Amino acid sequence: MARYIIKRILLMIPVVVGVVILVFTILYFSPSDAAAVKLQGTGTAEQLEEMRESMGLNDPYIVQLGRYLYQLFIKFDFGTSLINGTDVGKDLMQRLPNSLIIALSSIVCSMAVGIPLGMRNAVKPNSPGSAAGMVAALIGISMPGFWFALLCVILFSYKLNLLPAYGVGGIQYWILPLVANSFHGVAAQARQTRSAMLDVINSDYIIMARAKGVPEKKVIRKHALPNALIPVITVSGSAFGSMIGGGLIIETIFNIPGIGYYLVSGVNQRDTTVVLGGVALLSIIFSFIMLLTDLAMAAVDPRIKAQFTSGGRRKKVGKHSDDK
Amino acid sequence: MEKFLEVKNLEVQYVLKEETVYAVNDISFSLEKGHTLGLVGETGAGKTSIARAILRVLPVPPSQVKNGEIWFEGKDLLKISEEEMRSIRGDKITMIFQDPMTALNPVMKVGDQIAEVLEMHDTKLGKAEIRREAEKMLEMVGIPAGRYDEYPHQFSGGMKQRVVIAIALACNPELLLADEPTTALDVTIQAQVLDLIRNLREKNNTSMILITHDLGVVAEMCDDVAVVYAGEIIESGSLEDVFDHPTHPYTQGLFGSLPSLDRSEPLRPIEGLTPDPTNLPKGCKFHPRCPYATEECKTTKNEFCEVAPGHLCRCVLAMKNQEGK
Repeated sequence: MARYIIKRILLMIPVVVGVVILVFTILYFSPSDAAAVKLQGTGTAEQLEEMRESMGLNDPYIVQLGRYLYQLFIKFDFGTSLINGTDVGKDLMQRLPNSLIIALSSIVCSMAVGIPLGMRNAVKPNSPGSAAGMVAALIGISMPGFWFALLCVILFSYKLNLLPAYGVGGIQYWILPLVANSFHGVAAQARQTRSAMLDVINSDYIIMARAKGVPEKKVIRKHALPNALIPVITVSGSAFGSMIGGGLIIETIFNIPGIGYYLVSGVNQRDTTVVLGGVALLSIIFSFIMLLTDLAMAAVDPRIKAQFTSGGRRKKVGKHSDDK
Repeated sequence: MEKFLEVKNLEVQYVLKEETVYAVNDISFSLEKGHTLGLVGETGAGKTSIARAILRVLPVPPSQVKNGEIWFEGKDLLKISEEEMRSIRGDKITMIFQDPMTALNPVMKVGDQIAEVLEMHDTKLGKAEIRREAEKMLEMVGIPAGRYDEYPHQFSGGMKQRVVIAIALACNPELLLADEPTTALDVTIQAQVLDLIRNLREKNNTSMILITHDLGVVAEMCDDVAVVYAGEIIESGSLEDVFDHPTHPYTQGLFGSLPSLDRSEPLRPIEGLTPDPTNLPKGCKFHPRCPYATEECKTTKNEFCEVAPGHLCRCVLAMKNQEGK
């Protein structure tokens, strides 16, 4: 297993480098001129040319790419923002915790609420509670996230005056973003768990477990749930990954300085170093999350684990262990 | 004398929104201690539903046991509490499943799956003892105990079926419901699995209901036979009665479609298909396919008649022959 993890971490290097090369190339061919951005439209033609020369923008594409890759991956320097000259690496590190807090708490919250909800619905499809739960899940999945967030702000901040409407600070500042951000996740998890559970619950091994005399609760917990969790983990992993960079809407509404917000303002202002740095960081984080997801799946499903530990070769036991 | 197992007028339906599937219709049979009853019939005849109804593991909804009694050890299994039923399941009555590929939980060690049934019913045993017992069961079905910690995907189909059999036999059941135990296996393994079941059964004097559509397996394993068609038993009796003197046209058709080495004439398969269980024909359920069907067969419900002592047949024709004698 350790060998597998090391292999996967090494495999991340080409992925991340590839992403950076791709984004760099796209930005290189885009019509925006970094020198003009840096001068913010005030310079004369001569000043522009001077700036281009000093930024190395007149060098061939391959030289510029090599220089950026060297700077990013060998010197771990994300460069400085074109707009306000701040260190992009520092900016990102300042914002990363905010994005991580929102993403992690939302995913934990949506799993903690969504999975039991979906399970209950699959096991007792006819109870009124589970029908209501699924209607709520349907509403949750159909409602645009930003709209729900605004409704929450109106209700809890303006009408009831219970929670701050925006900003960062103590725990009370995180409650509304968390609720708004995980509402959709709860609904998605509930629906995913429900369908996975329904697939599992009528399978032969569940009937087998009942036929052994296992009590129904234990049948669900011990036999059905681990099997149903496999697709749920896959979905949660990628949801978590995309939430870190994609928290933009929530970050904008609640005025939280996070990665998504930073990245999009970088795009709007044609700040190429910000965009490149942000994408590089997100691709690294995403790769790690995917690795963790795969490890979590391996922990639940021995078949996946067998694939990871070099083709599932088993140790021989006894002489005729492989008789059929 | 009280029968070991007696099923009376069992009716199972699958009630769906648009239609009702009449899977088991008024089935009655009994089984003596130590005997093996073969339930023979085509796919969809309701054989598996009978076995699952006895064990009360039919999926609810959509299935409903509409009517019937299942007497086992002086109790009606359909009336006792779930808790009481649970103590019988896996201990006194166990089941071998049809498809070994899906009957084992893919994310649980095979040894633990055997140990689980011991845990449920042998509460006196400690953890280490349970593991030892489960290992013993594995060895008994011919799998080295060292493979206790492996998962089902590391086993072949035949070995999985042995694990399923080990689970079914772990608590020395009194009644074994074998639901097509060899259908999913290839022929050489079939013979091994049948041998295994037979030896273990003889050792413990276990009674068995063997569900199959393979008449060869029935001939080898069973004392009594009941032929099931469209959720009804249409002929039942001892192995000799049914195999040597098949009386119902359907049973005769089954034997007529068996290939054999010394047979010169071509096979005579039964024409047509089994009826749609949501819309069973009136009268005799076999009449649309029966070569001897008369107008009477289409309308009157056929009752059992005793063509020989203990040999029952549900056919108007047989009844008339009997009266004519």
